Amino acid sequence: MAFITVTSPHTTQTGNHTGAFMRQVLYATVPGLAVLTWLFGFGTLINLLWAIPVALASEALVLKARGRDVRFFLADYSAVVTAVLLALAIPPTAPWWLTLVGVSFSIVVAKQIYGGLGMNPFNPAMVGYVLLLISFPVEMTRWIAPHEAPSLMESVQLFLGSTSADAFTGATPLDTFRTWAGDAEKLASQAILNGKLAGQGWDWVNLAFLVGGLYLVWRKIITWHIPVGVLAGLALTATPFWLYDPVRYGTPVFHLFSGAAMLGAFFIATDPVSAATSRLGRLIYGFLIGVLVWVIRSHGGYPDAMAFAVLLMNLSAPMIDYYTQPRTYGHKAAHRGASR
Amino acid sequence: MTEYVLILISAVLVNNFVLVQFLGLCPFMGVSNKVETAMGMSLATTFVLTLSSVLSYLTWQYILVPFSLEYLRTISFILVIAVAVQFTEMFVRKASPLLYRVLGVFLPLITSNCAVLGVALLNVRKEETTFLSSLTYGFGAALGFSLVLVLFAAMRERIAVADVPEAFRGPSIGLITAGLMSLAFMGFSGLIKL
Repeated sequence: MAFITVTSPHTTQTGNHTGAFMRQVLYATVPGLAVLTWLFGFGTLINLLWAIPVALASEALVLKARGRDVRFFLADYSAVVTAVLLALAIPPTAPWWLTLVGVSFSIVVAKQIYGGLGMNPFNPAMVGYVLLLISFPVEMTRWIAPHEAPSLMESVQLFLGSTSADAFTGATPLDTFRTWAGDAEKLASQAILNGKLAGQGWDWVNLAFLVGGLYLVWRKIITWHIPVGVLAGLALTATPFWLYDPVRYGTPVFHLFSGAAMLGAFFIATDPVSAATSRLGRLIYGFLIGVLVWVIRSHGGYPDAMAFAVLLMNLSAPMIDYYTQPRTYGHKAAHRGASR
Repeated sequence: MTEYVLILISAVLVNNFVLVQFLGLCPFMGVSNKVETAMGMSLATTFVLTLSSVLSYLTWQYILVPFSLEYLRTISFILVIAVAVQFTEMFVRKASPLLYRVLGVFLPLITSNCAVLGVALLNVRKEETTFLSSLTYGFGAALGFSLVLVLFAAMRERIAVADVPEAFRGPSIGLITAGLMSLAFMGFSGLIKL
């Protein structure tokens, strides 16, 4: 009887390669994208369609310059995922050059200079986002008031920069809460804060990303540790402060369903490259992101903080890994870090 | 009490000496290749920075100001720091040879750490500096320095094995990483207004 000898790994035929995983992430963003388009018009979609070719071109350029196999690396869809996440995060009123600067910086500096996929210590999309937020604060905070979406034509004009965005913009729930925190009457009279769950419109955006995120967990693209850590960190920090002073601090539900909470918890913080790797490490990593989001939202200079929190924990992730190395089976506690 | 907590948070996070004020970059780049050495450097710097912050405050308050010699502050603070470092080295050598061996060459190196002089000079520029506030400020600056140095060292150990393009290997990618860390620390701006 002839035996077939095949060397490991034995899973080459199942299609479990990077590209397949990344495509699942892209599918999972569809509900969030749909809700963003429904509420805020076609801006996000146009940004996204522009960001993808920019990302692919930047990636191809660097790969070409380094003499790498361009087709092979482009086929792993990681650049597309970066482009999509950044396009979802920036406002729908963004002109073309904003997306261009953000996406090319994400791909070239945050990812390719470190050696490409799997080497980058920071989440590329969030590096691009923070760069834009610091360099172009006005353009980056022009969100549209929900249900006052510009038409397709107006969105195109905004994208080309040929019309002013001032006619459509409105403060987001987080901005509004930040402005009037501590003033009970003003807070009660702000229509945008009276959504079904949290801020108007934004609760739907977050629910949609929650659905997409649960799909990712169900398909085992991500583990539950980081999202649960982020949401628990955010809610557990928000609760005691809300109980202490409900006028000054938002409710836990408000925090969970505002801004980029769900997008960040399920899609951004879970980037397997820049996050902590062990289970305990992931829980700590996620929890601290949640805490930082609350701290910067409630006390910092920026109304939303997911990007900063993710970057701050990215730079702590190697240290978290250093102290949470799991025990190898059959050995006592890990030699490095944990044993001391 | 709140005042001192605010000074501490401000010095550690909001106005971090390395990532926001860009002081002490030489040891930040120089001894961040391994986590263990970074930890040794952090310990030594914490001790010296706190001590020299207090000593330079005392020099300012009881020698320079009474004699109207404020314009001599830079040179006298350098002297004070050098003396503090030297005494620390001599003391540690006798009191704990083990710690002395762990810290090794880093102790005398601290003399040239611009964060130490920076803390001393910034301290006396503020109004209403007291003994306790200069102590807290020096300790906070040292904590912030240690925090980012150790985190940076852990990151660099990982980057050292990454497939970085030839032109960017070594200090170049280190500086780019430090820049991106600084970008992340911008998130703390506005957290505390001092």
